[in-house]
Amino acid sequence: MITLTSAEWQALTLTLKVAATALAVALPVAVFAGYALARWRFPGHGLVNGVIHMPLVLPPVVTGYVLLILFGRSGPVGSFLESTFGLTFAFRWTGAALAAGIMAFPLMVRPIRLAIEAVDPKLEEAAATLGLHRSIVLAIVTLPLALPGILAAGILGFAKAMGEFGATITFVSNIPGETRTLALAVYTAAQTPDGEVAAFRLTIISVVVAFGALIASEAVARRLARRIGGAA
Amino acid sequence: MIEVDIEGSAGDLPIKANFRSDAGVTALFGHSGAGKSTITKMIAGLLRPERGRIAINGETLFDSGEGIDLPARRRRIGHVFQEARLFPHLTVRANLAFARWAGRTIDKTRFKEVVELLGIQSLLSRRPGTLSGGERQRVAIGRALLSSPRALVMDEPLASLDQGRKSEILPFLDRLCHEAKIPILYVSHALEEVARLADTLVVISKGETVACGSTADIMTRLDLGVATGRHEAGSVLIGRVTGTDSRWSLSTIGVEGYELQVPVTGIEPGTEVRLRVRARDVSLAVGEVSGLSIRNRLPVMVEAITSETGPYAEILCRIGEQPLRVRLTRASVEELGLAPGGEALALIKTIAIDRREIIGSGNV
Repeated sequence: MITLTSAEWQALTLTLKVAATALAVALPVAVFAGYALARWRFPGHGLVNGVIHMPLVLPPVVTGYVLLILFGRSGPVGSFLESTFGLTFAFRWTGAALAAGIMAFPLMVRPIRLAIEAVDPKLEEAAATLGLHRSIVLAIVTLPLALPGILAAGILGFAKAMGEFGATITFVSNIPGETRTLALAVYTAAQTPDGEVAAFRLTIISVVVAFGALIASEAVARRLARRIGGAA
Repeated sequence: MIEVDIEGSAGDLPIKANFRSDAGVTALFGHSGAGKSTITKMIAGLLRPERGRIAINGETLFDSGEGIDLPARRRRIGHVFQEARLFPHLTVRANLAFARWAGRTIDKTRFKEVVELLGIQSLLSRRPGTLSGGERQRVAIGRALLSSPRALVMDEPLASLDQGRKSEILPFLDRLCHEAKIPILYVSHALEEVARLADTLVVISKGETVACGSTADIMTRLDLGVATGRHEAGSVLIGRVTGTDSRWSLSTIGVEGYELQVPVTGIEPGTEVRLRVRARDVSLAVGEVSGLSIRNRLPVMVEAITSETGPYAEILCRIGEQPLRVRLTRASVEELGLAPGGEALALIKTIAIDRREIIGSGNV
């Protein structure tokens, strides 16, 4: 068993904090967006879809730079949020979470949309004839049936948020203890002379965390599939 | 009471439905693709008619003139779909519980009643995926009933089941139709189900209601052969069980003061029954008959004769007040000299009456 140095420990906990915050905020929004794209027909449907997928096709550095312009201290959104809510993103771990969440968002919307599209609307119809309100139908029929897809989206999003690099370093820089996540720490170590051992140790940590998350999600997914399949 | 007068369309099929029915079971009857399901979806609020009016028990659910269009969830029409549509991730108990919650059926005894009526006690903790087709359909009926609907729509609930499952579920439907205190709209293309269950019959053809009336009247109308199918065409006689002869395993049913012998039924003497007689199972005789094995000989009055192309002729007769539909060859009509207003003897073989098609109507 290797013991972690305080810098490594800091990078690990920061990474988990950033990824968890990004997921907690972005997943509900992604569920809403996935549902809207799957079930609603509205003008600008294609445009909304395009905007959601932008971070996927843009170079991450560009996304990070756009975030810096918008959410920086003097940016229009950043200055508004700071003066109104006292919320600062620039060069803070919250900024790292924002960058991670934005980068992970399109990766989460897609599987959620597919999962919701796969739920038979006839079941929702049947629920309506029973007299159930649409929001209740969503809560007891649509979302539970789409849960495996939502779970997959969450794992994908969490992994993406943990490994986010380009947008993060552009937007919030590489500050130890504040924005230096595992990915940035590996990069920093690799840039330092004689940093190979440090980089290797951080790589091992990343592999262990990722593998653990994957195994846990597999176990949850199996349980869900059993519940929904019903053929126990 | 269900009142429907709507126009609309579903794909290429224009829909024009106009009928009303009192309490009891109303069947929407017609071929596959005639537009029956579309009409029920419009009634349930799952499809929107272009114009018209839908009301149940005097309450308007849809009225294009007044701009009324209640959403499906506020129409309180229990819908049993052909493919059950149970929530696959929930147990039977949870499926029923959500319906009960939606219908605010707080009464615990009602839950027990429905579960008992449909015989689904043993299925409560199972999931829909592990149920047979017939079991699923019974649960679906229970779910619809527990949402405390003001009317029940059953859209071909037996169509996806094989013959064995059908006979498993039909007795439950019989009981349900007699015990339910709400109007039931029963969609089917199977004449035997309709004759067995329905009080009122609405015939649908090419998206339009072509006839509406009591089951007995509609089934004996000669001009509806297209909709009902020649082979199965027939009449429904209403009578009362008068006795059983256990020696020969025969029951007698009194119809309009005459006695009709049928294969023994389990139905209590004194019970009012409906029995279906296919037109092709009836013969007519003029004058004295003797030396025949046919046990049922009922004097009838010939009311109308319709000759078709080919060998067939349709004859509408009356036994007292009740209509009886008869199918003969044109040659026989000519040779016997049958004509409207004439008298004849209707001959019905006892074994031609299927005991499964003798149904107690619950009125003792």
